[in-house]
Amino acid sequence: MNIKIDVIENDHSVEAKVSGEIDVYTAPKVRETLFPISEREGITLRVDLTDVSYMDSTGLGVFVGIFKNIRAHNGTFQLRGLSDRLKRLFEITGLADIIDINCQNEVE
Amino acid sequence: MNEPYDYIEMKIPSKPEFVGVIRLTLSGIASRMGFTYDEIEDLKIATSEACTNAVQHAYKSNDNGEVVIGFGLFKDRLEVMVSDNGQSFDFQSAKEGIGPYNPNDSVEILREGGLGLYLIETLMDEVRIHQNVGVTVMMTKYLEGERVEMDAKKIST
Repeated sequence: MNIKIDVIENDHSVEAKVSGEIDVYTAPKVRETLFPISEREGITLRVDLTDVSYMDSTGLGVFVGIFKNIRAHNGTFQLRGLSDRLKRLFEITGLADIIDINCQNEVE
Repeated sequence: MNEPYDYIEMKIPSKPEFVGVIRLTLSGIASRMGFTYDEIEDLKIATSEACTNAVQHAYKSNDNGEVVIGFGLFKDRLEVMVSDNGQSFDFQSAKEGIGPYNPNDSVEILREGGLGLYLIETLMDEVRIHQNVGVTVMMTKYLEGERVEMDAKKIST
């Protein structure tokens, strides 16, 4: 069970792609990589979860923390590529109404 | 109490890297029993949440203990028991010692991971928590068609 996080830096935005399973073991790695980005003033962070095959509350906790921090720094946080399973996870926890999980625009 | 069932038990070190191993085993058991893809995914999340709580509890108390996971395979349901006190349990008597979850109980470790417990309760059909020497979470998921309630839930979605 491994996790891979690719980060692409643009001028005013950061694109991150997470691949693998996000659980109690891998969530700290996601947090370590993405949290420092959320500290930047006015940053736009987009995280692609297309290749995330499993996620639970540990992953939700990481994304909530990043979301809060980005908001506190006047930035924008978007998630995209969620499978139906991941969407359901955000929906039943009520987080789908708080975090943008339907970002469609493709950025190369 | 004489209902026949198969029982599988696993014991892992209280370390985050082994929670995924439990998920793999659970997938195999649940798919053998005939659970659907979505039900298996629900079971994986609920069981991982319980294991996560157990592992984090051990970490906070600086305890290099073990987590025991018991799977009771019944004709109409799967019962999963997760215990962080590292002791194998007598499945039947452990079940009898577990009461329904009371929101006023001071199950502090589960409260801290509030979202995890919420997910367990949402994704499983029955959940019981017992706090004694350690914390034991006991949860049940019924096979599709075994309960009218579950069918009704499916139709509404």
